[in-house]
Amino acid sequence: MTLPSVARPRPVDEASRRAWDIAAQVVDPEIPVLTIEDLGVLRSVAVGEGGAVTVSLTPTYSGCPALEAMRDDVTSALRAAGYADVSVDLVLAPAWTTDWMSEEGKAKLQEYGIAAPTGHSSVRPSGAVRLQLAVKCPRCSSLNTRELARFGSTSCKALYECRDCLEPFDYFKVL
Amino acid sequence: MTGTNTADAATNADHDHGHGHVEVDSVTLSAELVEGASVASHDVAEYALWLGDDALIIAQQLGWWISRAPELEEDVALGNIGLDLLGHARSLLHYAGAESGRSEDDLAYWRDEPQFRSAHLFEQPNGDFAHTIARQFIAAHYLFELYTRLQASGDATLAAIAAKSVKEVDYHRDHSVQWILRLSLGTEESRRRMITALSDLWPYVEELFADEPLIDRLEGVAVRPSSLRQAFDDAIVPVLAEAELEVPRGFISSGGGRGGKHSENLGFILAEMQVLARAHPGASW
Repeated sequence: MTLPSVARPRPVDEASRRAWDIAAQVVDPEIPVLTIEDLGVLRSVAVGEGGAVTVSLTPTYSGCPALEAMRDDVTSALRAAGYADVSVDLVLAPAWTTDWMSEEGKAKLQEYGIAAPTGHSSVRPSGAVRLQLAVKCPRCSSLNTRELARFGSTSCKALYECRDCLEPFDYFKVL
Repeated sequence: MTGTNTADAATNADHDHGHGHVEVDSVTLSAELVEGASVASHDVAEYALWLGDDALIIAQQLGWWISRAPELEEDVALGNIGLDLLGHARSLLHYAGAESGRSEDDLAYWRDEPQFRSAHLFEQPNGDFAHTIARQFIAAHYLFELYTRLQASGDATLAAIAAKSVKEVDYHRDHSVQWILRLSLGTEESRRRMITALSDLWPYVEELFADEPLIDRLEGVAVRPSSLRQAFDDAIVPVLAEAELEVPRGFISSGGGRGGKHSENLGFILAEMQVLARAHPGASW
């Protein structure tokens, strides 16, 4: 079985939906304004006949240590809601992409001071030049910004500065 | 390498003499990275071990730079690149170990040099910053071409790991190219060091593209290393030309990493990587 490549694969059956809605409230430990549902990290929730819950999460970046915190938080949240038997699986396919981030999530990021990803994910063929759309400053909305470092405070972010308000800011890279 | 460990509580308690409180995470990640995928056959597990060891050894080396790079942004960049590669290593070793019932931690911490299957490039010393950049330049371009093709593997787990990894390695490739250009076209000293570093690392390029008997047995699953060579050259030659550098010539290392023959470098890398796990078996942190 391959999981669907959609941003928010909320289950259709009532029991699983209830559990999904609990798991969906868990936030990213590094970017606490985003839930794992906003991020697109929550891939599936299924409640079996005996009430056992199986959750699938996918990592944003392969080495992201936040995944383990999210896994523990999902387990705690579901146990607190009365589900005794909870298992959380890690899935890699389909590979996570920033295209799954919700519009609401992007707005929350911007408000939090992190520029949301601009444009869509694609892997360049060998030799192709990376096309970078202008990144908007989350403080003053200027497009007159520049990249200081492609690798930032976490795997998913780059460091930018605004040439109008002169403030540095994080940018959530397209992946 | 990871906060989780499959050691059971009883085994763990046996080791817990004078080492303080040792705790094993009760929730482990699932054994499957791809839903419904099967356990790797012996040959596929061996191939996953090759790729996993390449990623693990270079990840361990890149971690050394944190707090030592020429600027703070580079501490962060090399740390992040290392973390991505460690993620790839975890997935690959997790898959490689399932066949023999060994966890990714078990494979990382409880094997010695002859059991490692990494190519010699990855164990070359960090050297000065230019050496690390030259190693990254070769590694990232090789890995990019490899993972691009491995996405079409008949093995669903390898294809999924490749699809995940290729997007990250694409960023690593860019990073190395920017530095190759900056160092080679920078000062006389930075150029001198970049040229030295490239010629020191180039002997280890050949081994990456050597076909081993295992590859013949994995038609449609593994990527034939020799088939990557043209694409690798096509990608790096223009960069070196722009950097006004020549493709180095000279001796070619005899290789042997896939068969467990390594240089003395690997022992030092493993000693540092494994010491804590071996001093406190079963610990998690």
